[in-house]
Amino acid sequence: MSIEFVRYIDKTREYYHRQGYDRSYNWAHNETSAFTPLSKPLSESRVMLISTAGFTLSPEGGFSESELKELKKGGSNMGSYDLEVFPVPSDLAEDRIVYVVANHDTAQSDMADVNSYFPIARLREFVAEGRLGSLATEFLRLKENYSQRKTMEVDAPEVLRRCREDNVDVALLTPV
Amino acid sequence: MTFSNARDISTSAFNPRLVFTNYPLGNPAGRPFDVVNQREILETAFQMLERATEAGEIVDTPHQWSENHDWMRLIFSDEQPFLSEDAERDRRERLEKNRTAKGPESK
Repeated sequence: MSIEFVRYIDKTREYYHRQGYDRSYNWAHNETSAFTPLSKPLSESRVMLISTAGFTLSPEGGFSESELKELKKGGSNMGSYDLEVFPVPSDLAEDRIVYVVANHDTAQSDMADVNSYFPIARLREFVAEGRLGSLATEFLRLKENYSQRKTMEVDAPEVLRRCREDNVDVALLTPV
Repeated sequence: MTFSNARDISTSAFNPRLVFTNYPLGNPAGRPFDVVNQREILETAFQMLERATEAGEIVDTPHQWSENHDWMRLIFSDEQPFLSEDAERDRRERLEKNRTAKGPESK
């Protein structure tokens, strides 16, 4: 049985071509990757969560409506060439994580549940149940970026540094 | 370990370990407010972590977003604009300008 799924690479190429853009985006392409086998039981492993989802952290008590409107008006989560790796305390209350910027079609799904893209509450449950050992002190959010070079040379080394510094064994990635 | 809703993009980039769920973008870790579903997807990943011995394994979870596949057809279609109202208006204006400039033959 062939698997049916959306061909985003083809669809975006056609979509932008219809708008008069001739050059198509050069998607990341690799033939292989590094691989590190799990070195100890998951119940003893320390787990990191990393996402490119367009959320921000609200102050205690949340954003006011006007603040939220201003944040959502920003329009894009696209990063610059600066280092853009932001910590998210892994014990943060779920409602402090507020989705503000969508760079994709949200007609079907409005990002109302953080656990769909940043499963912070689920991971805490698995730790409480003993399935996972512990969570990194700080999870990470990155801005998405058109530049693969920036991702590889600026953000990725910082992600690795933080993982090592916090003795992380497993990194879970949720690209959005 | 990567969770993805875009199988073609993720497999092009290549991931050491990949769990693909055929949901609209933005739900790599499961269906909103469906704790059982979210736990299943995470558990699928945990089992792969325990099992995998080489890079490149992909698990396609069996979950379906809806009974039909209309949501897949509508993505990036003119029927279902995905940008903000302002950005969509700009997009349509630019599209119209391009069409006018090129003439009806290239429409």
